[in-house]
Amino acid sequence: MCLATVAKVLEVNREKGTAWVDFGGVKREARIDLMPDVEPGEYVLIHTGFIIERVDEETAKEILSAWDEVFKLEKDAIGGYYYPGD
Amino acid sequence: MSLQSVLAPYRDRGIAQKLVEKIKEEAKTLDGEIRIMHVCGTHEDTITRSGIRSLLPENVKVVSGPGCPVCITPVEDIVAMQLIMKKAREEGEEIILTTFGDMYKIPTPMGSFADLKSEGYDVRVVYSIYDAYKMAKENPDKIVVHFSPGFETTTAPTAGMLNAVVNEGIENFKIYSVHRLTPQGIEVLIKQKSRIDALIDAGHVSTIIGVRGWEFLSEKYGIPQVIAGFEPNDVLLAILLLIRMYKEGDARVVNEYKRAVKYEGNVVAQRLIDKFFEVKDAKWRALGVLPGTGLEVRKEWKELEIRNFYHVEVPKNLPDLEKGCLCGAVLRGLAMPTDCPHFGKTCTPRHPIGPCMVSYEGTCHIFYKYGALF
Repeated sequence: MCLATVAKVLEVNREKGTAWVDFGGVKREARIDLMPDVEPGEYVLIHTGFIIERVDEETAKEILSAWDEVFKLEKDAIGGYYYPGD
Repeated sequence: MSLQSVLAPYRDRGIAQKLVEKIKEEAKTLDGEIRIMHVCGTHEDTITRSGIRSLLPENVKVVSGPGCPVCITPVEDIVAMQLIMKKAREEGEEIILTTFGDMYKIPTPMGSFADLKSEGYDVRVVYSIYDAYKMAKENPDKIVVHFSPGFETTTAPTAGMLNAVVNEGIENFKIYSVHRLTPQGIEVLIKQKSRIDALIDAGHVSTIIGVRGWEFLSEKYGIPQVIAGFEPNDVLLAILLLIRMYKEGDARVVNEYKRAVKYEGNVVAQRLIDKFFEVKDAKWRALGVLPGTGLEVRKEWKELEIRNFYHVEVPKNLPDLEKGCLCGAVLRGLAMPTDCPHFGKTCTPRHPIGPCMVSYEGTCHIFYKYGALF
């Protein structure tokens, strides 16, 4: 039930309270009642047709660097988990 | 950079192996065993699909808690909704009943919503409460009732939809609320002496309630918690952190799922939930009445709740489960599906006996799906 899927916001219609979002090629309408200030281009989590939160790329990277600390190893030693495109 | 490339390391095999090595190392100096409970069907899916239990040392146990809202929805409420449909028809009113796909098939001693549809009632499966709202607008001469189960993640969309319904003055849209509160439910299990040494907190419940929504469990009961995402390495990292925290007596909430969870949660969603719902004692199927764990539509919004329009007599002493079904023990983390004599024999997803086998979030269903007899 609490499954949520990541999508990219394409268009926002604040008057109607909806946005068009793209799930990797599949486009759907989603409600923005819980995240009224969402903007096109942002990545969001969708649960049962509602945007529930933004997904933050920067903090996704932050937690990865926390792994360095956990392992207390050089990045190279754990298979070089870098961020393609950086 | 695409989001997929950010997520790739969370699925990386090499990192997973390193994490497992670290877990094994830490577990060697554990005093006895650690029982880590998770409370989310999607976490169970990740754990079983990735075979995580088979990778863990024997003294690190990961058990599933009541993380399936459809499984814990009381028999009495499913039956009451069916009786409301029948009573409405007797009174010349037609109701369109909507609910989610797994709720539709949940068995009760008086049949499921699917059985009700086969009797000629208008029952429709929806992906979102928004679909039900659209049906209400398209069918102004009928009442649309959304039978609404779910934890905080799903309660928030319900509250958002009710807000739109009120703002737009739509009068033929109602809900039947069987929403439940996750951390408060776990607190009752702790008080009832379920042994929980550490908790993996549900990631998407946390997007709504935030880190702060879980903190009281650490403060009051000394339980370490990690809010985890849903990739295999999210869960492995959570297990590693929890073993360390448990050994050090470090009872707090660590947010591993920072990419989606904020300390304060989704404040807009929290305000909307508070606007429409108030906390009450509530039954959880197979677990009994858990004080302060349910959400009821507030009195000032009583016209949004179908129960306030139809009063029906639900037969007393309806059994929660078929004889021998271990769904209750599975939901408390006291049994694994494979401990149940029905599992995989008389109870399968095609012919489920208990709710844990029906829902795609039910632990029995997930075990069966992935053939996980680890």
